[in-house]
Parts: sequence; C-alpha cells; structure tokens
Amino acid sequence: MALLQISEPGQAPDPHQRRIAVGIDLGTTHSLVAAVRSGVAECLPDAQGRVLLPSAVRYLAGGGRQIGHDALAAQAVDPVNTLVSTKRFMGRALADNADASRLPYEFVDRPGMLAMRTRDGERTPVEVAAEILATLRQRAEDTFDADLFGAVVTVPAYFDDAQRQATKDAAQLAGLNVLRLISEPTAAAVAYGLDHGSEGLYAVYDLGGGTFDISLLRLHKGVFEVVASGGDAALGGDDIDHALADWALAQAGAAATTPQDKRAALVAARAAKEALSGAESAAWIADIGGHALHVPVMRAQLDTLARPLVDRTLAAVRKVLRDARVGRDDVQGVVMVGGSTRMPLVREAVAALFGDNGAARVLTDVNPDEVVALGAAIQANALAGNAAGGELLLLDVIALSLGLETMGGLVERVIERNTPIPAAQAQEFTTYQDGQTAIAIHVVQGERELVSECRSLARFELRGIPPMVAGAARIRVTFQVDADGLLSVSARETGSGVEASVVVKPSYGLGDEQIAQMLKDGFSHAEQDMAARSLRQARVDAQRLVLATRSALAADSGLLSAAEQAALQTLLADTERTASSSDAQAIEAAIETLADGTETFAAARMNQGIRRALAGRTIDQI
Amino acid sequence: MNLADTDFTLFGLPPQQALDRAVLDQRWRKLQAEVHPDRFASVGAAAQRAAMQWAVRVNEAYQRLKDPVRRAAYLCALRGVPVDAERNTAMPANFLVQQMNWREELDDATDLAAVECLGDEVTGMERELLAGLNVSLDVEGDAAVAATQVRALMFVQRFRQDLERRLDGLDPTR
Repeated sequence: MALLQISEPGQAPDPHQRRIAVGIDLGTTHSLVAAVRSGVAECLPDAQGRVLLPSAVRYLAGGGRQIGHDALAAQAVDPVNTLVSTKRFMGRALADNADASRLPYEFVDRPGMLAMRTRDGERTPVEVAAEILATLRQRAEDTFDADLFGAVVTVPAYFDDAQRQATKDAAQLAGLNVLRLISEPTAAAVAYGLDHGSEGLYAVYDLGGGTFDISLLRLHKGVFEVVASGGDAALGGDDIDHALADWALAQAGAAATTPQDKRAALVAARAAKEALSGAESAAWIADIGGHALHVPVMRAQLDTLARPLVDRTLAAVRKVLRDARVGRDDVQGVVMVGGSTRMPLVREAVAALFGDNGAARVLTDVNPDEVVALGAAIQANALAGNAAGGELLLLDVIALSLGLETMGGLVERVIERNTPIPAAQAQEFTTYQDGQTAIAIHVVQGERELVSECRSLARFELRGIPPMVAGAARIRVTFQVDADGLLSVSARETGSGVEASVVVKPSYGLGDEQIAQMLKDGFSHAEQDMAARSLRQARVDAQRLVLATRSALAADSGLLSAAEQAALQTLLADTERTASSSDAQAIEAAIETLADGTETFAAARMNQGIRRALAGRTIDQI
Repeated sequence: MNLADTDFTLFGLPPQQALDRAVLDQRWRKLQAEVHPDRFASVGAAAQRAAMQWAVRVNEAYQRLKDPVRRAAYLCALRGVPVDAERNTAMPANFLVQQMNWREELDDATDLAAVECLGDEVTGMERELLAGLNVSLDVEGDAAVAATQVRALMFVQRFRQDLERRLDGLDPTR
C-alpha cells in the first residue's frame, strides 16, 4: 500500500533484507523488549531466561552501573544511588511530585525536569530511561546478532508532550531509531486484536506501577482507532504501596526516616500487596531503624487502602465514556493491562462498572506484564515493512488539549483533546497596544481554564512585527502534532505581509547539542564504534531508498514525464555510487537529495492512492 | 486530488448538511489507510513529509465534517456567507433573554437534579437548531439563515460547556 514501498513479504529482493524491529515497553517498574519472529510476537529473554527487566539503575563508584535485577537487589542497601520508578519523573519538575519526600532520593530541582544526586553525579530520569533502553537494545541485538532497524517505544496515553519528548530523547540517547511512539493501551489492543480477530468497541484499562491509562478503541478490519483516552499520569500501583507502607508503619508505631528505611517500607508493602492477590492474608515485614517489624495484613485492609485510588481510576473511565459519547453497554470487552490489574479488587471493580450482566468481557488472558511490549513489536514489524497484508493501522488521538495563554492567565484551546493525530490547527491573534512590535507566546497543555493549572510546554517571542495600531496585526499561531503525539508551534505575522516566524520545540526537551554531549560523555553503548555504526546505517538507508524508488518507478512510471524519469534515474545512480564510499555524511546528503527529488513523485502517488480509496463511490450513492 | 480541495470533495461526499456518519467514518479510515505516515515509515523523507501533510489535511476535514455545527459553518463559508462568530454577535432579543435565563438558572441550581434538568432543556434546544440547519442549508438553500442558526448553536454549546463543568464540580465521580 505504501507509496514508495516495494518489497512484499517473501518477495524481498534479498531475504536478508528483513529488518529487525522491536517493540519496547518502558515501564515504571519493569521494561521489556519484544519482536515478531516467524510471524509470532514474543518477548525476548535475557541470558538467564528472564523477560522482565526491572526499571532500576544503580550507579556505582567509578562510573559503573548495575541495571535491572542486580540494581533492584541493591535498592534496600543503597537506596540513594539505586534509581527505581523514575518514569514518574519523566519530563517533570520537583514541584510536580507531591510524594517526593517519601522517596529516598536526593532530588535536584532544575527548570523543566528534576534530577537525582547519585555518587556518579546528578542523573535525570531521561538518563535512567536511556540506560534501561540501551540494555534492552543490547539484548535484542544479541538475540538476533544484528543491528536493529528501529524500535516502537510505548508511552502512557496520558503522557503529555514533555513526557513524550523525554521518552524520545531517552531512546535517542540509547542509540535507538524510534519508528514511532505509541500509547500503551493501543499497543495492548493490537496484541489482543490480532490474536482474537475482534471487531467493535473495546476499552483498555491499564494500571501500571506509576501511571493509569484508559482508552476506548474501535477495532475495524485491522484499523485500531482510538476514540478517546484519558487517565492519570501520576497514579499507579506505587501509590498503593505508599498507602500500605504508611498504614503498616503507623500500625507498628514506627517511622521511616532514612533512605534505607523508606525503601525497605515500600519494598515490604509491595511484597505484601502482591501476596494478597493470591491469599486472603499476608504480612508486611521490614527492618526499620534496626528493628524487625512484622505487621499482619488482611486483603480487606489492603482493599480499604486501595479503594480511593481504584475509585479515581473508575472516575477516569466514566469521563472517557462521556467524552466518547458512548454507554458502558456499547463496550464489548475490557482489556486489562499492567501488573496492578492482578489485584482482585481492581478486577472486581472494573467488572462491576462494565455491567455485571456480562455485557462486556473482562479480558485477562494475555499476560498483563507482556501485552504492551507484544503489541509494540507487532506495530514495529509493520512499520519496518515486514508484515504481510499491511492491514494494521493505528489511528491515535491526542489525550490532552493544547492551547495558548491569553489575557488574564486564561487558556485558549487550539487543539482539543481526543483530536486524531497527526493534526495541525492555526489560530489568529492580534496586538493589543498601538505600535506593539513583539508578542509573547506561551504554549500550555491540559484541560483546565487557568494557565497556572495547566502544564507549561514552551514560551517564545515573535519579534519584528511592524508597528501598527492595536488590533491591526494578524498573528497566526500554528500548532502541529505529529504521529508520535509531539508538538511543534510556529507563529507568523501576516497582517501586513511582513513575515516573521519561529518554530519551537517544547522547552523542557533536551537540545540536540545536549544530547550529543551526553552521548559523548559516555553512555552504555558509547564503547561501540559509533562511526562504523553510522556508516553501516547510512548505507542500509541509501540502499533501502534506492530500492523503494526503483519499485515505485516500476509500478507508476506513468505518473512522470520521460524527462522526470531520466532525472530520477540520474539521482538513483548518484546515490548508489555515493553509497559505496566510506563517507557517512556524504551518503546521508545523497539520501536527502534523492528524497527531495522524489517529492513530486511521492505526492502524485499519494493522490493516486486517495483516488483509489474513493474509487467506485460517487456522490449520488449517498 | 489536491490539498486545497474542499472537505467534501476530499471525502467524496455531496456538499450538504445531511451526512451519514457511518459513511464518513469509513471514508476517513480508508483515506488514512492511504496517507498515514505509518504507511511510509520505512521509506524516504519525501514520502514522510507528503504523508504528514495529507494525514493532517484528512484529519482536519474529518474533524470539521463530523461536527454538525462546524460542518454547517463550513458550508455557509463555501456558499459565501462566513459565520464570522467573533465579530458578528447580533442575536434576536428573545434568544438572548433565554440565554440569560439559563445562566441565572444555572447559577441558582444547587443540586445535581436541577442542573441535569436544565441540561435536558439545552439538549432539546440544540436538537431543534440542528434540525433547522438541515432545512436552511439542504432544503431552502439559505446560507444567511443558516449562519444565524450556527451562531445560536455556538452560544448554546458554550453554555453546555459551562453546564458540564458544573456537573463535574457537583459530582466528581460521575
């Protein structure tokens, strides 16, 4: 179906051309990597056969790292240097985290995003995520004994722009080519949808360690359309651990003050909570302040503590149903995702909400820990062009409204939540003073009316507006959200014909220079030969584009004049010649030239595709 | 096909207010299946850029066509009578009086039932106005009348937003 896409599966010119693409679930408590092998999506295990990688990084003296299980094992003895559950801090400032005082970290407040002070220096959540992603990348490359073509990385649907940007930065730091960021509930639905061949309206209830997502999806012949999504980016199983730890400490008449005690109390709470998913009673056992404490916990007690949090998730579910203007009865099934959905209380509450009469099935048959990574792997495989049929298509929405600050600290929404992405929207503004030559633009995200209650994404100024009377200037601000859900904003003064424009990336994001510096400063994969790697990558890219263009020409040369065809052939030959050189930069330049040269052709083929989509349907048929 | 074609042309639909939502949704999926950037993830940057432009255009048209008020406003503009809601706020006096009464009722309402009752009234009014649009645009072909109806609907919808917010405030778990 793809425009310049050629190789049908099995007909690839060279079987070794099959691209290795993986799906990565970067979770709060643990992360996984999965890939489609022999047509089946499966999670890739480490050398010890474990698929779950705890999302934990321990910084050792002398620049060393422990990642995953080893780090987790050390968290109680070395809490300050062992960073866990840091996904909650992605793209967040210290002020955004109310429970920071309950955590054993030495937080460093920084504009945009906090950091944590370890013995190996200050570390941001992005760097922690990058360590985890690099470990998973290495695992995948070892499994296939090949470089990765790219990865689909999942994010909570309710992640805002700053959090998505942070995730993408982390992937870039880890040396991953991000094919797409997709939302976790959508990925879970993909894993279910393809296994079950389901059609209709489904809800995905995803309660992870640190985030809660609810999405409504319409499944239709391989098209997964997100109808509405919502949730809470700071609500998860960790909150239940905190509540249980606080309760148990109160029962024991103890207080956790040191980092070690805080961590021990949480670890014990988590263990008790997990035990209570299978048993009616368990115990919270921890060494606090040198005393061995033992507090028995009944499941009913845990349920009482967890109930307010579960109720918050149910309120979010109702809100999403309302947004989508559908009733609970319209929902055919509820996919349960995330380790916290193992709790009986959660399963019962969700089943009760969607009708005890069995109107909606509560689906739990795919491992809730693995389902997101599996779905991401299926999408990665499709994006890499390996999938047969090519029917899979994810049509996602933006979960949080985007807007601008206007007079009086109020928000003017530019793109409403649940708008399908990619999307663009322009809004006109004007000056309010005579002779005003600059305007400040403040981009925010959220549903509240007041700027102070929304997330601030970016501030920039448009200067050089020609002096005019108040209200005469026309400032057109354009928001563009790409298929990853990432925003860019530009502003232009059009009233007088004089143009000034600026494009911003959300402020919190790391600049390209910062990323380059961090890469140079030594990252998990830095010891590899980056130069050789980028040359290899450039050659593969060039070869791919040449093949794609050739096959597009073979299919649709009729769309081009003889002269245009000849020009393209020259470009193709140039690209191939350059690709055999050892100059990665020259190859990349040649790729860009070829890409530019095929722009018209690509547009013509796009038109043809659209006409095909509408073919056979005329106006009188309606 | 051209990025500058009308929404109706792009979706292969007649330029009228009456619309079969199922057909619209199906066309949208078909068009996105052709133009979505995911379809071109493994090919060059040129195709990616073209796909992004088209996918944005298709979504923009879809958002406008699926909302009856925005669709009507768009039709009015196509027929040379822009709704121009920001500058043209002149409304019939009886309509404005009713709006004021609603606002007062909402301010005075203290419980959920009262707000919900008002909500039903608003829904009724909305339905009536929407039905009126089908007549003015598709039967009588009077875009000027339709533009007034669109402005009225914008007032009603703004009121509905305030009402919804009030409902959320009264019952955060609803």
